[in-house]
Amino acid sequence: MPQLFRPRANALARWIVLLAVIGTIFLGTGATFYLRSDFDTGVNHPLAQPVPFSHQHHVAGLGLDCRYCHTGVETSAVAGIPPTEVCMTCHSQIWTNAAVLAPVRESFASGKPIAWTQVNHVADYVFFNHAIHVAKGVACVTCHGEVDRMPLMMRAHPMQMEWCLGCHRNPTPYLRPPADVFDPEWSPPQDIAAMQAALASHEKIDPSKMTDCYVCHR
Amino acid sequence: MSATAEPLDLARLRAEAVERGPQFWRSLEELADTAAFREYLHNEFPRLAARFDIAPDRRGVLKLMAASLAMAGLTACKKADHIAPYVDKPADVTPGRALHYATALSIGGYGFGAIVESHEGRPTKVEGNPDHPASLGASDAIMQAACLGLYDPERSRTPTKDEQAMSWDAFLGEVAALRDEIGNREGAGFALMIGPITSPSEAWLIDRLRAAYPRMLLCVHDPLAADGERTALQQVFGRATATLPRLGQADVIVSLDADFLGEGPGRLAHARAFSSRRIVRDGATTMARLYAIESTPTITGASADHRWAVRGSAVPAIAAALAARLGLGADVNAPVPSAALDAIAADLRKAAGTGLVVAGPHQSADVHLQVHAMNASLGSFGLAVDYIPPPDYRPPGAVSLGALVEQMRRGAVTALLVLDANPAYTAPGDVSFAEALVKVPRTMHVGRYVDATAKASRWHVPLAHDLERWGDIRAFDGTASIIQPLVQPLYGGHAASEVLSALLGEYSASPLDTLRTYWREIGGLDDAAWRAAIQRGVISGTTSAPVVSNAAPVLSSKVNPAGTGIEVRVVPDPWLRAGEYANNAWLQELPRPLSKIVWGNAALVAPATAGRLQLASGDVVRVARDNNAIELPVSIEPGHPEEVITIALGFGQSAIGQVGNGVGANAFPLRAGEALWFLDGLSVSKAEARAAVVTTQHHHSMEGRDIVRNGTLAEYVANPTFAKDREPAPSGTLYPPWPSREEAWAMVIDQTACIGCMACVSACQAENNIPTVGVDEVANGHEMHWLRVDRYYTGSVDNPGVVFQPVPCMHCEEAPCEEVCPVNATVHTHDGLNAQIYNRCVGTRYCSQNCPYKVRRFNFLDYQPFAEGTGSPLAALMNPDVSVRSRGVMEKCTYCVQRIERGRIEAELADQPIADGAVTPACAQACPTQAIIFGNRNDPGSRVRRLHEHPLDYALLAELNTRPRTTYLARVSNPNPALAKLEEPVHG
Repeated sequence: MPQLFRPRANALARWIVLLAVIGTIFLGTGATFYLRSDFDTGVNHPLAQPVPFSHQHHVAGLGLDCRYCHTGVETSAVAGIPPTEVCMTCHSQIWTNAAVLAPVRESFASGKPIAWTQVNHVADYVFFNHAIHVAKGVACVTCHGEVDRMPLMMRAHPMQMEWCLGCHRNPTPYLRPPADVFDPEWSPPQDIAAMQAALASHEKIDPSKMTDCYVCHR
Repeated sequence: MSATAEPLDLARLRAEAVERGPQFWRSLEELADTAAFREYLHNEFPRLAARFDIAPDRRGVLKLMAASLAMAGLTACKKADHIAPYVDKPADVTPGRALHYATALSIGGYGFGAIVESHEGRPTKVEGNPDHPASLGASDAIMQAACLGLYDPERSRTPTKDEQAMSWDAFLGEVAALRDEIGNREGAGFALMIGPITSPSEAWLIDRLRAAYPRMLLCVHDPLAADGERTALQQVFGRATATLPRLGQADVIVSLDADFLGEGPGRLAHARAFSSRRIVRDGATTMARLYAIESTPTITGASADHRWAVRGSAVPAIAAALAARLGLGADVNAPVPSAALDAIAADLRKAAGTGLVVAGPHQSADVHLQVHAMNASLGSFGLAVDYIPPPDYRPPGAVSLGALVEQMRRGAVTALLVLDANPAYTAPGDVSFAEALVKVPRTMHVGRYVDATAKASRWHVPLAHDLERWGDIRAFDGTASIIQPLVQPLYGGHAASEVLSALLGEYSASPLDTLRTYWREIGGLDDAAWRAAIQRGVISGTTSAPVVSNAAPVLSSKVNPAGTGIEVRVVPDPWLRAGEYANNAWLQELPRPLSKIVWGNAALVAPATAGRLQLASGDVVRVARDNNAIELPVSIEPGHPEEVITIALGFGQSAIGQVGNGVGANAFPLRAGEALWFLDGLSVSKAEARAAVVTTQHHHSMEGRDIVRNGTLAEYVANPTFAKDREPAPSGTLYPPWPSREEAWAMVIDQTACIGCMACVSACQAENNIPTVGVDEVANGHEMHWLRVDRYYTGSVDNPGVVFQPVPCMHCEEAPCEEVCPVNATVHTHDGLNAQIYNRCVGTRYCSQNCPYKVRRFNFLDYQPFAEGTGSPLAALMNPDVSVRSRGVMEKCTYCVQRIERGRIEAELADQPIADGAVTPACAQACPTQAIIFGNRNDPGSRVRRLHEHPLDYALLAELNTRPRTTYLARVSNPNPALAKLEEPVHG
């Protein structure tokens, strides 16, 4: 009976094994990078909105406080997207005929909500609470980025579990005085490290409690 | 499903029970200990075993592993979604924060106060209203299931005429035509049928209608009504009167077929009052004592210190014999031992004003007369019992269903409007409502479902749910409440008052205007009082004042002899009532307190009767009266009276919806004439068939360990730590203890207070988005309830004692489940919770395998498939604070971690520690007897800490050293020492 495999087959088999190993490493590394890339997480990609609302103009330009529109942020799990009537408090007086605001006027007239495209979101099984974060001294811009420099809203951080845990495991460097959490222009004072340590101890921020799964997943 | 098909050897069972002495058993099959039952138990999820006969091959396993790896992580993927904010946000609404509104729910026409949680306009959860006398903050299974009833996609959605969709205006046109027709003949030929109501404003509208149409026929059709008490008290007081037992004042209670803990509009209040006199707390050495004489096993009998099961027709003789011993009337022969009656009478006399005899509503007027006379002679009026004007609307001149049908048959009725009743289904066998309805030219039905009566009527109009209508209602003690809507009608339903207003010619009257007009002009509520009434959920000053009367008791000398032969005891199903809740899957799947039967009814018989008739559980019997016959499977119930078959009403409907259609057998046709509750003269024969009786009672057996501990009050006084003394020494552990610096959440369950009412299970289901799985899956042992209430029997099979034990997750400090999870999906939290993380779980089920308490539940199928965008109304039912679990995920009791986290966040926002009582899990909040106490064990002042240090506290399976955070207080009963000499007491 002739040989089923030629001697060349040995080399081929070695190559296949080698390529399989290299391929697996490559795929694994690739997937790891891909899942963290801005392309996949959507970081720094402005999204189209029905009305090209500019945080840059309203926050940096006009100096509106975050809470003027996001009213639930200090009391509720969700900060809240402003109802159309909040837009109309000003825009019934100024820019009343601007073409870009047509969807707002139409919504107000028809009672049909404006369908904003969601920019920041976490997975459905994550129960995030805004109120406790701002109360403990985590600023809006810490998670949402410098919205005062965003003409169109975009995601500033990937909002993956790894990113959340980065702070939950070591929250101190991310703290600021709770009075300043809504200030997008806040600049840390000289003694920021000591201040953050004092804040963490005053607010009883304890990482061993903040990494329980039940903190976010229920 | 019955575990084994072989008939049971009853003689051997009796001997077995005696031999076991005080040991507990869970089912007759367990007591018999047959080989088949052992095999059945051997499988962790009985009935699933058969599916694993074919072992998966290696290749199949690898394929599945590859597939699950490939799909892991995909769950987090999500494309950009849209956010639709309010256009004009209501001032009170903050998205993400639930609002709570006080309202009331109608069950059998009586009000139960409720606080309903609403998330951005979606009602999701009902709690009891602490200010409402019928609720006192507690709730029951039917209240808990109200939200599911609200969103039920099968509720009627549009007015119809001859099954064609019509508009509400077209219906108003029909009403106008009706008014034209009957207007000039004083309403002659028009009949209005209503269900049981207590609503003052609806009664006012009906009275106005009767004034406008004096010759109109009014029929109040309550298929669960019983007239014995009303007839008797009418005779005594000369006017309509109702009994109001004050169980909190009673030291000795004798129930003559009264299930006051499980039935009736005052059940939650009675349960609270009763348990307040039963629980043993620090230093207490007294308890109320309950004697129960009952015609079918009930939870009241299960809570009793002494219980006798007798046939219902024997109760009059027992009442007369007991009355004779209190010096009223002549003695008669009774099926309860004479010495026992002597002892009860002596106990009652000793208690005097705090002695109370309660008669069951289904018993005859004679029994109620005897009971009234006994309470009078004990001097209990104003102490343990009061009499009040009945809160329900029963106007003089109203005709019975039989009389109305007779008029319809004669052609004297030309128009019939049925408002919130279903007589085509609930009529007794000798009243052929459907046949007579054909003779009525103009027929209209207003109801929540397109039920049998709707199908037989020309017109049908959807009725609004209690959570979407304005209305008012009275509680068992007369207290009135405003029913306020939580949402606009989802399916275009209309309130009953709208229909009544239309009949009065007020076609555009809104229910709110009608209600406000009534309460302003007749109820005397100014705007401030009206707002206060809506806010509190009760209208102050409406509680009925007790009747002050020196009316002499009327002694009935007539004692109807007990029947012979098989007697059929008809009872309302505890959850489906007269069938109006039959399309509610939560209620269908909630195990009945004692039989643990789900999804159907059965012929419940005593072991002795089953032996005589050669019946095994699952055999089908045919029960027939004349031409009306039903077939249903037998279930053998320990403690059931002999020669009696109990059948629950509310089942066997053909036109209520996909959930309820064809579930169980309809017992209404067996009723005839005066015999509505105790039916004799029926033929009972064994059919050549077997059918499944699906129960949850055989699952999760605990293999005869020392699970339930009980003792008598005397034993407790002599040795308060009797339960702890039985604790086996724990084995050692290799693991270091968890640090517990802050909260240590813990639960204590008082088995003395627990009455087995199942409110906790239902509340847990509503709070935690727990799916129903259907009858086949329950038969497979796949029920998903995170909390179960185990029922243990002790003593003889003919009259065993019963102990209920709610079993949630124990949240072990040394949790066996945590050690075996390969993916760390079940972990310990800093506050001692045993956390189950759904998004990590890959479904190995090792944790469930390793759980000694069998409290983990696995999603074998996709029980709650909500494809995005399908817009199923049931998606709105979900609690937004709890994940909806998908297939292949393990789940279990979390101690309502969403409430703990909310409590923690609110406490931290206020910079306060979490106060004791600030966090209450759904089960504890619903419990009518406050048998479940939850809190922080590390807080020396907390209630849970004090109870954990109570001498009766013990842990389940302490020998395993799991150190459970859920512990139990041993059950204490209070048997009469005089009776202990006579016979073996039921408990202890």
